[in-house]
Amino acid sequence: MEQNAHNEHVHYDAEASKIGMWLFIFTELLLFGGLFIVYSVYRFMNQEAFHLAAEELNTTIGAINTVLLLVSSMTIAVSTTTLQLKKKGLTLFLLGITVIIGVVFLVNKYFEWGAKIEHGIWPGSEHLKTAFSQGEILFFGLYYVMTGLHALHIIIGLIIILFAAHRVYKGTVNENRAALLENAGLYWHLVDLIWIFLFPLFYLIH
Amino acid sequence: MSNEKHHIVPYRVYALVLVALLALTFASIGIVSIELGKYTVAAALIFATIKSFLVLTYFMHLKYDKPYIKAMVAFVFAIFFVVIVITFLDYLYRT
Repeated sequence: MEQNAHNEHVHYDAEASKIGMWLFIFTELLLFGGLFIVYSVYRFMNQEAFHLAAEELNTTIGAINTVLLLVSSMTIAVSTTTLQLKKKGLTLFLLGITVIIGVVFLVNKYFEWGAKIEHGIWPGSEHLKTAFSQGEILFFGLYYVMTGLHALHIIIGLIIILFAAHRVYKGTVNENRAALLENAGLYWHLVDLIWIFLFPLFYLIH
Repeated sequence: MSNEKHHIVPYRVYALVLVALLALTFASIGIVSIELGKYTVAAALIFATIKSFLVLTYFMHLKYDKPYIKAMVAFVFAIFFVVIVITFLDYLYRT
């Protein structure tokens, strides 16, 4: 078994990988945590304006995106179980579903931002500066920064999932070496976790 | 090669968690449409906190992880909570 002898030299430590991933997730939590604190302070100082500005957001699109992310979180979680059960085909299928849902989320976001921009609402736009109060400008600034940063995480998450799926396909990620897929899952759940708070804070204040 | 296996989480657990998450999402949409005044935000955030707890516990496998990983996660959230409290103590008592 030359293949096995070769693999012995490739360092693999699932627990260390997991700790590393969690440490990275902590830095992400503090990045978004800082933004959530900025949001809550500005909201505290501009309560009326934040309520008024939030009326502009489409709760339905926000709710659809929430459902999409929750379902995709489940499909990638199930894929870690199917990998352990040595069901490679099903694992790849579930990862494919996860990626498709992620792309649909981004398409929704594109139309959502597109509608705002069509109404002349974007950071620094003339319409925003002339027709809105300071508090509303702050709300839309935070809306673009926080949902934009979140969308960037979705794109990175999709790349990581595709990379992990490729490794599953090649067989280098398997039931004995599952750390890459597990960590891709952790990252995707983090993206879901952040959205769980973005949704009520931006779309559900009326 | 060690034979130490991860805990394999049954599909049923994930399905039930998803159902709970979706139910909580629709409940939070429902509850903000009722006029609760200043408690609306609190209600929405409580639902979000329960949802994030479910995601962390089951989807992110913390339930099946070793205690020190759970402790690390709890510590980071505790620090974040303390920072929020301190920030608001500052803003609430500014004159």
